[in-house]
Amino acid sequence: MSNTSITEIVNKNLQTRYKKEARFRRYGQLSIFIAVTFLFIFFTSIISKGYSAFYQAEIFLKIELQQEFIDPDNTNDLEEIRYGDFDGIINESLYSLFPEITKRSDKRELRDLMSSGASIKIQQLVLEDLSLIGKTINIWLPLDDEVDMLIKGNIDVNLPEQSRRISDLQISSIETLQTQGLIKNKFNKTLFVSGDSRESEQAGILGALVGSALMLTITFLIAFPLGVSAAIYLEEFAPKNRFIDFIEVNINNLAAVPSIIYGLLGLAVFINYAGMPRSAPLVGGLVLALMTFPVIIIAARASLQSVPPSIRDAALGVGASKMQSIFDHILPLALPGILTGSIIGMARALGESAPLIMIGMVAFVVDIPTSPLDSSAALPVQVYLWADSPERGFAEKTSAAIMVLLMFLLLMNSLAIWLRNKYEIKW
Amino acid sequence: MFNYLFVVLIVVTIFIYFYSKKYSIKIRNQSGYLHSLPQYYGFYASLWFLIPSLIIIGLYLIFAESFVTSTLIKSLPNNIKNLPVNELNLVVNDIKNLAVGNIANSSSFTGINEAANFYNEQYELIDKVVFYSSLIMGLLTFTYAYKTISSSYRARNFIESAIHILLFGSAVIAIFVTAGILLSVLFEALRFFDVINFSEFLFGLSWSPQMAIREGQVGSSGLFGAVPLFAGTILISLIALILAVPIGLLTAIYLSEYADTKVRAITKPILEILSGIPTVVYGFFAVITVAPFIRNTGSFLGLDIASESALGVGLVMGIMIIPLVSSLSDDVISSVPQSMREGSYGLGATKSETIKKVILPAALPGIIGGILLAASRAIGETMIVVMAAGLSAKLSFNPIDAVTTVTVQIVTLLTGDQEFDSPKTLAAFALGLTLFVFTLFLNFIALKIVRKYREQYE
Repeated sequence: MSNTSITEIVNKNLQTRYKKEARFRRYGQLSIFIAVTFLFIFFTSIISKGYSAFYQAEIFLKIELQQEFIDPDNTNDLEEIRYGDFDGIINESLYSLFPEITKRSDKRELRDLMSSGASIKIQQLVLEDLSLIGKTINIWLPLDDEVDMLIKGNIDVNLPEQSRRISDLQISSIETLQTQGLIKNKFNKTLFVSGDSRESEQAGILGALVGSALMLTITFLIAFPLGVSAAIYLEEFAPKNRFIDFIEVNINNLAAVPSIIYGLLGLAVFINYAGMPRSAPLVGGLVLALMTFPVIIIAARASLQSVPPSIRDAALGVGASKMQSIFDHILPLALPGILTGSIIGMARALGESAPLIMIGMVAFVVDIPTSPLDSSAALPVQVYLWADSPERGFAEKTSAAIMVLLMFLLLMNSLAIWLRNKYEIKW
Repeated sequence: MFNYLFVVLIVVTIFIYFYSKKYSIKIRNQSGYLHSLPQYYGFYASLWFLIPSLIIIGLYLIFAESFVTSTLIKSLPNNIKNLPVNELNLVVNDIKNLAVGNIANSSSFTGINEAANFYNEQYELIDKVVFYSSLIMGLLTFTYAYKTISSSYRARNFIESAIHILLFGSAVIAIFVTAGILLSVLFEALRFFDVINFSEFLFGLSWSPQMAIREGQVGSSGLFGAVPLFAGTILISLIALILAVPIGLLTAIYLSEYADTKVRAITKPILEILSGIPTVVYGFFAVITVAPFIRNTGSFLGLDIASESALGVGLVMGIMIIPLVSSLSDDVISSVPQSMREGSYGLGATKSETIKKVILPAALPGIIGGILLAASRAIGETMIVVMAAGLSAKLSFNPIDAVTTVTVQIVTLLTGDQEFDSPKTLAAFALGLTLFVFTLFLNFIALKIVRKYREQYE
């Protein structure tokens, strides 16, 4: 009698319990779906905003390199030629395309279509080959960033003329040029070969890339040997006492200290106390090294732990000293794992910007750094700086810089995974 | 000069290594016995050469500047020597600038050129002394070491204890870094608390760190009450946790209890990508995609949402910490012993009942530890808030208001040109100290809970 009632109760509840089960399962699926959706939105938004920065509108001009503009006194002196009126030459060529435009103010609007980088390009051509003077060349030259934005469709032409930064005359002349096939989108080489600039069409990430590379080199040279040595000590030699416990607590906490605090440390110690130069990759590398140090220790310890004790016993058994067993047998086996962990730590250091801002790496630096003591930008900081720029051209540049940054991170992580798969031994 | 010295040192060291190695091989051939392998004798002798020279160079780097400066000051004419310290320092700086060839205020006194020359001469002299003394010192100690090389000398033991010391030194650096952080932040913060009352900083309700340009200006003292910053930080972190904890936790549960290997193989890397994205990129994403979306949704619903609303920032930060929550919870959930699950199934519980009634309660301490770690990460996060959160300190718990955080203020106070000892800049270090102590506390508790929990099931 009572047995049946329990079965009845159980059977009666079974449906609701199964429903609950299914619902709970769906919650799990939903949350995974949400996480994946975030990632999807994220990449779509960055890529859709940034891909257009990889090409740039250029204009095909027939340029007469007239002597009276470049070197009126016929000095043939490079210094004289450097100050030649290259803008004038370009403008002449541009005016000749629109003989109907004669008013001074209209001519100025026409002039504003060109990027200020165009004259520099001509100047460099002439400086490299003086025999060009007096000849006529056909060349693709960069247009202004506002024109670039217009051609990429980022400017609403239906707005009243006063509220856009490009005039009706400019729009109509661009359309004429486009129908003549004189304006084309070309691969934006500038982005990869030049430093920062106030003009978005001339801004590039090379300076930031070199800065980041210098910094990561310093970080690796400092943090890797120190981190591995510390891990070897703690894993193989450390006695069990309170001092060692204290070290371990320190390491675990350091790995979780907010990165901006490391920036404050760098500012107070390296810059104000030791008098190192501001915004230098050396200081940035040191700060990132302090940050990466505990990460490498933790990775290296895990990797050392995974080497089976039989290896050690065998080495000791054939008469190796403890130090020899570690450096000749355990460390080589643990090294792929250590490297994998370190590369992941370095990738994190590459993406880090808060501590770099603290040590003054937000300075506007045009030159490509040549030594770790030069002022320099870093890739993530460049993203931050460009994201702050009000000019429209910089928005797509920011996304492009982000894509380059993510690509480097992807490369580093793939390298780590490749190392792990190739060399990791399953014991 | 120093590049040259380093090249000389390296070349001599390499030479000594091979020379001593060869010598030890000779000894082995003669006596038929050598305690250690020959390369250990090479290392042994080159260490004896290198370390004393490096010690001398280190001493030079530490003391040369102050030594030359003090001899320079002694050489100055009396009327300058007796100037007050500040002015004297200015003059000394002028001399140094002139000496290294920078443009300097050369009119500060007659004879400054002579002083600059004197400074350079002193430096050249010291450089020379260091150059030769480090080489001679190294060669002397090397000769001593070379003489000790014999067939019974235990060079390997010497090298091994040297390495042992080196390894120990590397481990101790962790303590130095912590101490360095604490001291550097603490000293500047203490200077700040000399000017601003500690309780005013900790409990004051308004924050506007503007310092007077001229005396007696209105509001010239600046207000340094950090409560609005703490409130803003907590508000944003709370929003982030409200998003990240359920999603992260449910993801972890699904992945460790329900998902087959195929789903795991796809989902885990995706979460890893989310955790590998630099925070500056999240910040840009918040500004350019999330904030406009939230504002437009708000105006569609008739709400006036600030474009730097805490909601948008918190959401993006939440996305950032989802992987952290999920991977920490995943570890904890997988470490709950299988026998507990089987016991529950044996009583007829469904999978979800087992999870809710057995696994989660058992894993709770570990999960809480993970959440605390995630909270500390959110509190210390900088770039997202710097780019997407507000700048003005508003004491508000309304998620659609623009609020500012501790990290935002640290960055704003320290970027741009400021003199280093104004309370405005020092305030950044006081905020840094608060942040450091608070996150340290959270991490400490969290790590303790996680560790204790792990021991329970091991």
